[in-house]
Order: sequence, then C-alpha cells, then structure tokens
Amino acid sequence: MGRWEVLEAVAIADCAVELSGDDLDDLFATAALALAELMVDPRTVARSVERRVTLAAPSLDLLLYDWLSELIFLKDRERLVFPRADVAVQPGSPCALEARLAGGPIDPARTALRADPKAVTFHQFALEPRNGGWRARVVIDV
Amino acid sequence: MTTTMNAVPVGDCVWEIPPDAKPGMLVPARIYASERLLAAMDEGVFEQVTNVACLPGIVRAALCMPDGHWGYGFPIGGVAAFRTDSGVISPGGIGFDINCGMRLLRTTLTEDEVRPRLRELIDALFAAVPSGVGARGFVRLTEDRFREVMVEGAGWCVRHGYGWSEDLAATEGGGCLPGADPAHVSARAVARGVDQLGTLGSGNHYLEIQVVPPGGVHDPEVARAFGITGPGQVLVMLHCGSRGFGHQVGTDYLRRFDEVMPRYGLSVRDRELACAPFRSADGQAYFGAMTAAANTAFANRQVITHRVREVMGRVFGRDPRDLGLQVIYDVCHNTAKLERHVVDGESVEVVVHRKGATRSFGPGAPDVPEAYRAVGQPVIIGGSMETGSALLVGTARAMAETFGSTAHGAGRTMSRAKAKRQVWGETLIADMAARGIVVRAASKAGVAEEAGFAYKDLTEVVDVVHRVDISRRVASLTPIGNIKG
Repeated sequence: MGRWEVLEAVAIADCAVELSGDDLDDLFATAALALAELMVDPRTVARSVERRVTLAAPSLDLLLYDWLSELIFLKDRERLVFPRADVAVQPGSPCALEARLAGGPIDPARTALRADPKAVTFHQFALEPRNGGWRARVVIDV
Repeated sequence: MTTTMNAVPVGDCVWEIPPDAKPGMLVPARIYASERLLAAMDEGVFEQVTNVACLPGIVRAALCMPDGHWGYGFPIGGVAAFRTDSGVISPGGIGFDINCGMRLLRTTLTEDEVRPRLRELIDALFAAVPSGVGARGFVRLTEDRFREVMVEGAGWCVRHGYGWSEDLAATEGGGCLPGADPAHVSARAVARGVDQLGTLGSGNHYLEIQVVPPGGVHDPEVARAFGITGPGQVLVMLHCGSRGFGHQVGTDYLRRFDEVMPRYGLSVRDRELACAPFRSADGQAYFGAMTAAANTAFANRQVITHRVREVMGRVFGRDPRDLGLQVIYDVCHNTAKLERHVVDGESVEVVVHRKGATRSFGPGAPDVPEAYRAVGQPVIIGGSMETGSALLVGTARAMAETFGSTAHGAGRTMSRAKAKRQVWGETLIADMAARGIVVRAASKAGVAEEAGFAYKDLTEVVDVVHRVDISRRVASLTPIGNIKG
C-alpha cells in the first residue's frame, strides 16, 4: 500500500496531501483512502456497498483529478464513502481506469465525521514518476 | 517571517509590490495590512496576489485584504477587477464555494431572556438545520424546481413561503443576481446539489447566536440604522454557501478552462487560475452557471433563515415577527459580479472577483438598500467561534480604491491538522461551555480545527480596514451559542 501525509505548511485553510505509490494502481487506491480518511473515520463506516467506476481522461494527472472528484461527488450525491479501492489504471492517450470500490453509507448515528471536501484544486497539483514509483500532490478544498 | 516580495509601504497600512517584481505582472499587487499582519502572512499570499496581477485585462491592481492567507489560485482575501471587453473570468478567483457569504438577523430579545433557554435553543437549531458531511436539506425539490431556484434565488424561497418579502431588500442584489443560466449547469451539478437546500455544510461554516457586548456599539448612528439597539441585544449570524451544487459548478469549469485555455492563447502561473476571456462562449457559460450557484446560495441562507424563525418562535413561544427576527443584511464574499467602477477617471464595466472578500459599497452606491442608502451597506465579518464577529459599514473610499471591497473574516494562521493536535474537540466544547458559549457540532474534529487560536486577531483585521477606511466599525458581536458542521 502507498503512503500519504498532510502538508501542513501548504494552503493552510485547505488540505494539501502528498501521496506516493509503488505504481499507478497503488497511488490511485492510496488517494481514495486518503480522501476517505479526510471525510470520516473509516473504522466507523460499514463495508456494505460495492461500486464499479470507470473513467477516461486525456492525461494521467487529469485522470487523478477526475478520480478524486468522482469520490467527492459520490459523498454528496449518494452519501457513500469508500475507504477501499482496487484500481487498474491504463496509461495511454486517452488513459483510463477501472475501479472496484468498497465502503458504505455515511450514517450519522455511527459514522465519525471529519471534514467535508468541496473539490480538488489545481493548486500545486502534480503527478509524476519518482524512484521507480509514483508521487502526487493534491490540495483539497475543505 | 516569510518573504514579502519586497512589498513597500504606499500609505498607512497599504503595501505595494511593483509590477517589476515578477515577469508578466500587468499591474501592482496591493496588500492592506498592519506591519504585524503583513509579517504574519504566509508566503503563498505574496506569490498568489502577484500571480493574479498577471491575468489579462486586470485593472488598477491585484488586491489582498488584511485577513489574507494562502489559498488556491487567488489568495483568500483576494480582489481583482477585469475589463469585460478584454479581461478574463477565473473560477480560481471565486472559489468552489460560490457565494459563500454571511447573513445577520437582529432580534428584540436580550441575552437575559435567551440565556435560560440557550441550550434548548441550540439543540433545536442543530436538529432543524442539517450540517456536516452527507447532510440532506429539508426542502424537497424536483430538478425542474431546482432550476427555478437557480434563476430566482432567495425570491423563489419567499414566493414559496420560506421567508418574508422584506428579506429580499436586505440581501445583496435582492438575493437574485442577473445572468443565471441553468442551461450551462451540468447534470452532475444538479444531481449533487438538488437535495442540499437548507444545509449548513462544515469547515468554517456556522450558525451562531450572538450578543452585542458592553461597549460593543462603535457608531451609534449607523448602528441605529441597522437596527442595533445596544449591549445585550441578541443576533443570529449565518455563514454558508452554495454547497455541493456550487462546488460541482466550480469543478466542472475549472476542468473545462484548464483544457480550453490554449485555444485562447492564455497561460497562467498557477493552474488553479485557469480562465477564459469573459466575453468568450466559455467565459459566458461559466458566468451563467456560477451566477446560478450564487443564487442557490442566497436561497440556502434564506431557507435556513426560515428554519431559524420557526425554531426561535417555538422555543420562545412567540411569533417570529414579535421577536423582531429581521434580516439586517446578507452579503457574499466569494463571487464574480459585473459592476461599474471608476478607473483612471473613466467609468468602466468590470467583472469584480472577490474571493474571501466582502462587498463594501458606500453611501449612495447602487444596490445599497433604500433603508441604508444614506449610511452605506452593512458589512458582516465573521470571526472565530470563540472570539466573535464584527458589523461594519461600506465607505466611499472602498468604492474609490478597492472596487467596493473589504475583509471577510479573521483569516487562518494555523493549519487544520496543527489545530487538531493542540486541542481535542470535546475539550474545546467543554471549555467554551464554561465560558458561556454552547456549541453543537456534527464533527468534533471540525470544532478543534476552528479553535480561536487558529485565526488572526479579528480586532487587528477590523482595525486595519477601519483605519484605511474601506469599511467602518459599527458594532462588535460576541458568540453565546454556535452550531457547526
């Protein structure tokens, strides 16, 4: 599993996250977990819902943008959060992903709420290969 | 202290970074701050305000208010005006929370009357106004009805019984900005926002019961015009915006502008400043969708006002009109609006971007409600939930210098993560209760993030805007109850 950390000195009113993964699949799955942890305590979310998501974009960084935006959309539209994602990224032009999401509904009686992400910003947005793996920086408006 | 990019003083509490400080700057960057506030600003402010100064069609200067801090695209506290004939519009100059804003209601209640029922009141408001991640609103709308809201704004709510007709006159733009076009709103934005009308959100959004503290009236004449009667008076302050609908509109068009910019030969220093010429098809589509989101934010604050009236009427066993629950004003702090301002002696139509900056129109200015025409528009500056907020009034100097704009809040100085490490949400709620402030929150972690120590001193921010005369101090407001997302 990849790693992620909050960059406290960047865009202090929002949430800047540095992500790394062994490969693109790993990085995209880590990004989903980081976003879920920003929204809720994942231990308080039932693993009762599975979803499949497919996306295509002109470039890998826009695919990451669309991926996180899709998860934020599902939070508002369906009240679902997905701490676990199995992702298969297909690089190319256009590039694409297929993901299987596992998570559950936001249940006010059970779920420990954290922040409510509004959107993914392009501020300092980056996705690049590094040290044989991949790293990304994402600032999320909360 | 971080780099200030050699900002030089050009007046009392006014600093300027000249256009030669960064390649591509078309105008200077101007920052309104005391020496102390300037020194405390993070480096992102200087980088971002000078990036804004590079955008095509910008006039006079890129501005940053004293509550400025590192945002995305524009700094928070950023103001810029672009010629409509040759300038751009940028979602990064408005923010995703389109028409995030403040609404202030007055009452005829006193603190002595409210204190005995304060916890009951806060519990009832917390139940009536959904907040936090995943909250659904109480107004059930079809998608067609939601499109009516986009066009009519707060007027739709009043027409359907969620408010009083006089509320509209006390709302910026009458609660309905012209130019909203649902045809340019995506199906995803509609789907995301259609059931959130009447929700507070989270982060720094809140619904607060406040009182005028002893010595809290600074300008008795203007205070009287705003219906502020004196210390002990209870008020209700609301801070929220267009919710997931506006967030999705911002997302859709940021993504679109990022792809179409090369077609217009545009490039930007921060990708978040992705933009399009205002008069282009892309620019006009965003303006139509963004205005639709702005109108739903007015509607959101309007239906929450309705809930507040219902709850307070029930708790105090009186008709809300008997409680004097009138809107003092509702003002945006995340918008782009078409306005006319005098630039180099000429009246010019500009699209004024305010991102974390409050409109501050002075006496006699257009769109100032008749009741306030002689004194100027009420300016509502929200502080932290611990330290209080401020009511000010717009000025002629703001019209002349800052495109009729001033600060919007205290401004963060500490990251959310650091604030959470310094205090537990439960501990802070207990501490505040001991100080007489009752807090209910959907997220305890969210309470810790909003602790007073995470913000600048609001008094210092207000002192600057008052000294510079881009808004004038009218009254201080102290919280006694707070609902957070």
